[in-house]
Amino acid sequence: MTAVTKKSRGRTRTLQDKDGWKLFWMAIPFILYIFIFHYLPLWGWSFAFVSYRPGRSLTNSPFVGWENFTTLFVQPVMRNRLMEVLRNTLGMQLIGYLFTPLPMFFAVFLNEMKSTRFRKITQTVTTLPNFISWVIIYALAYGMLAVDTGFINNMLKDMGLIENGISFLTSSDHVWLKMALLSLWKSLGWNAIVYLAAVAGIDHEVLEAAEVDGAGRMRRIWNIVLPQLIPTYFVLLVMGIGNFLNTGMEQQQLFSNAMTKPFIETLDLYVYNMGIGSGLISYSTAVGMMKSVIAVILFASANWASKKVRGTSMF
Amino acid sequence: MEVNKAANIRPHKKRMSREDKIFHTINYTVFFLLGLICIYPFYYLVINTISRNDYVDLGLVMYAPIGVHFQNYINIFKLSNVMNSVFISVLRTVLGTFIPLVFTTILGYLFTKEHMKGRKFLYRFTIITMYFSAGMIPVYMNIRMLGLLNNFWVYIIPGLIKVYNVVLVKTFIESLPAALEESAQIDGANYFHRFVHIVFPLSTPILATIALFNAVGAWNSYLDTLLYITDSRLYTMQFQLYEYLNQAAALAKSLNNLTDLSMLDAATKVSTTAVRNTMTVITIVPIICVYPFIQRYYVQGVMIGAVKG
Repeated sequence: MTAVTKKSRGRTRTLQDKDGWKLFWMAIPFILYIFIFHYLPLWGWSFAFVSYRPGRSLTNSPFVGWENFTTLFVQPVMRNRLMEVLRNTLGMQLIGYLFTPLPMFFAVFLNEMKSTRFRKITQTVTTLPNFISWVIIYALAYGMLAVDTGFINNMLKDMGLIENGISFLTSSDHVWLKMALLSLWKSLGWNAIVYLAAVAGIDHEVLEAAEVDGAGRMRRIWNIVLPQLIPTYFVLLVMGIGNFLNTGMEQQQLFSNAMTKPFIETLDLYVYNMGIGSGLISYSTAVGMMKSVIAVILFASANWASKKVRGTSMF
Repeated sequence: MEVNKAANIRPHKKRMSREDKIFHTINYTVFFLLGLICIYPFYYLVINTISRNDYVDLGLVMYAPIGVHFQNYINIFKLSNVMNSVFISVLRTVLGTFIPLVFTTILGYLFTKEHMKGRKFLYRFTIITMYFSAGMIPVYMNIRMLGLLNNFWVYIIPGLIKVYNVVLVKTFIESLPAALEESAQIDGANYFHRFVHIVFPLSTPILATIALFNAVGAWNSYLDTLLYITDSRLYTMQFQLYEYLNQAAALAKSLNNLTDLSMLDAATKVSTTAVRNTMTVITIVPIICVYPFIQRYYVQGVMIGAVKG
């Protein structure tokens, strides 16, 4: 396409135009699909502005304006629950953020290992939980932590450390921390992969030079290895900001029970419980809508921050 | 380059200093424990499925199996719910791996054609959906409107095109040498032929990565059943397992169907714990089977994912 003479340029242009339209029409069915499954649901936001009852149609539901939104914040019972849910979401996410440097340290110290074999086995074993569903993790956690027959309780009893079983999963203590630890168990090895790749890319000559100059192991890690990983860490952190309110609901829904519920119900689970569970479509749509809007704002801010930090936009 | 010289002069074998020894001891111990924490729950579960069921119920099986038997694995497949859920899970995983792969690849390929009319707009239109969602309830209402509630196809159709994967495929195809496709174009091959004979075969590394992640995602998927399915004939293994874990009544009902079988022996008598554990194990097995393949590709997946779309 590069060497086109003046004469044939016009003809090529029209041919390319024709081909361009052909490609356009080929893409249209896919775009239509995207429209139906990603844009069309937006009409559902109108449920937030009517008083909808299951069985009634949207058009037959009386229009109430912003009333659903104000009720969420004004009506005492609703407000208390919303505040509780927001508190849980923020609490869990903040504990999650405290754990974010761990994969980086995992990678650094794994890389210090001399035995390649041990390193590979460790990586294989610690990455496996990432590919296991939360339902199975729930089953595994139940096996390990159940009050009466759980492995941990039995072991502690055998060692004579406790008299009665500790109820790890059915108690309202430290729910956020327990959930964060379960998430960590699932994702630590997996999240370390990107750092392991970064560690492998560090120039060995620099490390050796430092060693010759008398820098000890910790000094090398602290002054050479970590500074090279920090940019990756911040990029991942910034990219995660947009998902701040998206805790997901799978883990929370599975580990939810009468005892844990006041601390485990996050925004996503709240929307599910209220919308699908109790059939309060209008209110739950209103909550979801606020969440979506905040997510877009957070993404935009993250993008702005990324521009400042990296000089390029993410999206 | 003084650095280099210095490094070369350094004797090759250096004796470990005391500090090194301490460091390595701690380091290996910590990673050994981490590995143990990751793998022990799986091991514990397996030894509990092959041990005497009466001992398991008393919590006696902790470190090694006692009275090994495999009756639980025979019994579990006698539960009609389980067989049905195995069928649904396998079907949705197979279809949910390959159909989306085809659609995703075609769209990714089309987006690499820079002279496509309106390409910029269409691409933005697609990409932007990664950053907003109408939310769970509007999506639910949409699925309901499309008649996909309690419909097997709800497992497949909403996941036909994953935008993130479209970006991966597009980025990958763009990295291929353009000359290959151009030479075929000059030979008169149309888009279909070029896609099938040149682009598709060359893209196998990225396609394998996406296929594996599709497969694991489809197998592990649980929320779509929770949200869209109430008909128990459409339950996946994940959801059936959840029911068994949570609904003691449902499980007891299933077990009633087994009373005609002679299971008076306490060691192999079917119990709710045995069914739960065994069901968990058979739900994990397929993941363990594809895990070696995943391992070969996931680093690639992570690294490509880090590339800006």
